[in-house]
Amino acid sequence: MTVVKDQRMDDLRDQFPVGMRVLAVDDDATYLMVLETLLRRCQYHVTGTKNAITALKLLRENKNKFDLVISDVHMPDMDGFKLLELVGLEMDLPVIMLSANDDPKMVMKGITHGACDYLLKPVRIEELQNIWQHVVRRKYDLKERNKTSSQDKPNGDCCNGRGSSATGNSDQNGKHSRKRKDQEEDDDEEHENDLDNEDQSTQKKPRVVWSVDLHRKFVSAVNQLGIDKAVPKKILDLMNDEKLTRENVASHLQKYRLYLKRISRVANQQANMVAALGTADSSYLRMGSLSGVGHMPTLTGPQQFHNNAFRSFVPGGMIGRLNTNVGLNMHGLSSETLQLGHAPNLNNSMNDPIKFQSAIACGNQNGILAMPLSIGFDQLQHNKGVGFSPIQDMSSLTEAKQTFAMSNNGLLLKPDRENRQESGVYNNLTSVASQHSQFSLPLLDHGRCSDIWSTPVHSSGTNSYPPSEALPGANLSGASSITSLSNQSHDSLTDIHPQGLTFTNNSGLSHFPFQGWEDHNHDRSYHSNVIGNSVDSLIDPEGHTSMKSTFNRNLDFNFCDPLKHDGIVGLSEENSLKQQQGYIMNQHKSQSSHTVNNLGSLEEFVSSVMQQQQLDKVKLLDGTYLCDNNYPAGTSM
Amino acid sequence: MDKNQSRRQVASMKQSLFDQGLLDEQFIQLEGLQDDANPNFVEEIVTLHYRDSSRLISSIEQALKERNPMDFNKLDTLMHQFKGSSSSIGAKKVKAECNLFREYCRAGNAEGCVRSFQQLKKEYVALRKKLEAYFQLARQVGPQETACRSK
Repeated sequence: MTVVKDQRMDDLRDQFPVGMRVLAVDDDATYLMVLETLLRRCQYHVTGTKNAITALKLLRENKNKFDLVISDVHMPDMDGFKLLELVGLEMDLPVIMLSANDDPKMVMKGITHGACDYLLKPVRIEELQNIWQHVVRRKYDLKERNKTSSQDKPNGDCCNGRGSSATGNSDQNGKHSRKRKDQEEDDDEEHENDLDNEDQSTQKKPRVVWSVDLHRKFVSAVNQLGIDKAVPKKILDLMNDEKLTRENVASHLQKYRLYLKRISRVANQQANMVAALGTADSSYLRMGSLSGVGHMPTLTGPQQFHNNAFRSFVPGGMIGRLNTNVGLNMHGLSSETLQLGHAPNLNNSMNDPIKFQSAIACGNQNGILAMPLSIGFDQLQHNKGVGFSPIQDMSSLTEAKQTFAMSNNGLLLKPDRENRQESGVYNNLTSVASQHSQFSLPLLDHGRCSDIWSTPVHSSGTNSYPPSEALPGANLSGASSITSLSNQSHDSLTDIHPQGLTFTNNSGLSHFPFQGWEDHNHDRSYHSNVIGNSVDSLIDPEGHTSMKSTFNRNLDFNFCDPLKHDGIVGLSEENSLKQQQGYIMNQHKSQSSHTVNNLGSLEEFVSSVMQQQQLDKVKLLDGTYLCDNNYPAGTSM
Repeated sequence: MDKNQSRRQVASMKQSLFDQGLLDEQFIQLEGLQDDANPNFVEEIVTLHYRDSSRLISSIEQALKERNPMDFNKLDTLMHQFKGSSSSIGAKKVKAECNLFREYCRAGNAEGCVRSFQQLKKEYVALRKKLEAYFQLARQVGPQETACRSK
């Protein structure tokens, strides 16, 4: 677009904010022209494009070419939110959203997807005159982050909302032991950073591209270490990539945690919505306080169970969306729920939830259950503490996972709101999942997501998930499948997020743990990378069927292991439960990792909820599956 | 022709457009962006807008023809784009009609949509004519006519 005259550009950059390099993206030619002119009037250096794909290309070809991106929300080739996330993830540039739509929900979505700001069209020049602050702020934050990254303090703090502050502390303590040595290194590096930053705020260090593979390695390293204990140094060591510096890892970790947190927040919102569905919100809330098991509380809400056949238990808390087979069986659950209800232990012990789940799972055998689970889960979610803070309770989760592993068979609790509808489907899924005896903890959320993503755990068909890893992974796979299924609710699986399980079951579904990067409306996107299997059913919660874009997203989105789309794609395409089931089954078969199954179950679960009518079919299927799972029904209870 | 008279004419034309509620602040913003480097900026933008929007108008008309059932989602999306484009030139009344149309879409009111769209088209065409006349006169007068409406 505009020829960059390097010399002059350098001069301009020195006079920041004058000469700040902005990339403007808007499919409306008229408005793009207005915008470009406005920006030039503010003395920025502007490059405009109508095409989001082109914008990405421009950004990728030279990481240091731009300081800020302004993008419209509604674009034909790629959703603005997706672009937003991709840019934030890959390039770590501040992005400002533009829209003629002032719906607060959209604004919220923009923020949760990481936008620095959300402006309404038509934009006034005054508003644009201050956008440079976002660039400065980001650099400043990066600097700050790097400074403290060695202690992982900020990460710990923000990630471990409720509960793992303890873990966070211990993390820091652990770090302190190595602090001295690291500190020196860090100090030096930070010093350099500072120098760089101060010299030219617009100049960036050579950017590390977090490719899908790299991100996958990152996530697996994080999972291995445990989200609470994951510190940049260790992650870096595990990743064993010479091109990365500790700071790169630190900042990426920071983002990752924020992302997870965001997902959980979104999930919480959804949980709140689900709460409307009624049941035992309070019980969930109670549950929420469980440390680690955050989600467990939901489980203990016996009332919930009664009400909703099965609220999604969150085994171990984190697993917000456990797709317990139990949940799937509405009928089964009701009886189970009673049982479950009495499982107070669930609340406070990791084991409980697990047992609970098993119990629930057993319950599933009866049939597919509506997603009461999801509902419950939602409830959980809305308790910050309760639910999804995957990060927080990673450890607990792990435990839960393990327990589940034993009993699970796909305890994928899905806190989806759509439980009811989807339960049917879900059941299928879970049953599938369960078969693998993989405990796919509900994709829980965000925190888990990370685990899930990286986790090779899935592949372990055994129940033993590597504690933090297994679950998330499993869930993801399940979730992904579920999401794909759930899409139906939305728009039929077309919305597949390659990234992971994006359960875009209508708004209700959002419980997939990975709302992750793709916090679409439905927030159901789960990044099913977890399993690394083909559970790439990324369902674009936004109902964008652009598989392509989602896939791209997946790739770009480092957090999620690039799901092999093959499996998922198929899944996503099919809304019908049957297909999903088939998919899940396929997934199951194709992938040794159980996670796939789990995911499938999640997705199926979701979709099943959506398609109540199809539940019958599913039920059968589920029944079969469920039977396979040997949940010690009475275990927990 | 008396230049001053023409200038006054241009100014009063513009003023009446504002007074009648056809244009809003955004138009003033656009005028503010017009300068020596961009002497016909506003006209260019408006021309660009009418080119894009006429496409949208026909798409909407086409979509409105499908009655059973009417695709409200598509209509809403199209109208959203149209609204965005209209607001970028400051077309106040047209924008208001867009909002009304979208309300009908959300309510699933096919008749309402059709009626509202008819009204919208009327406003759209009326403004277009007036703007064309305005720009024609303004071009004759010369580039220094960017008197802002005092508030």
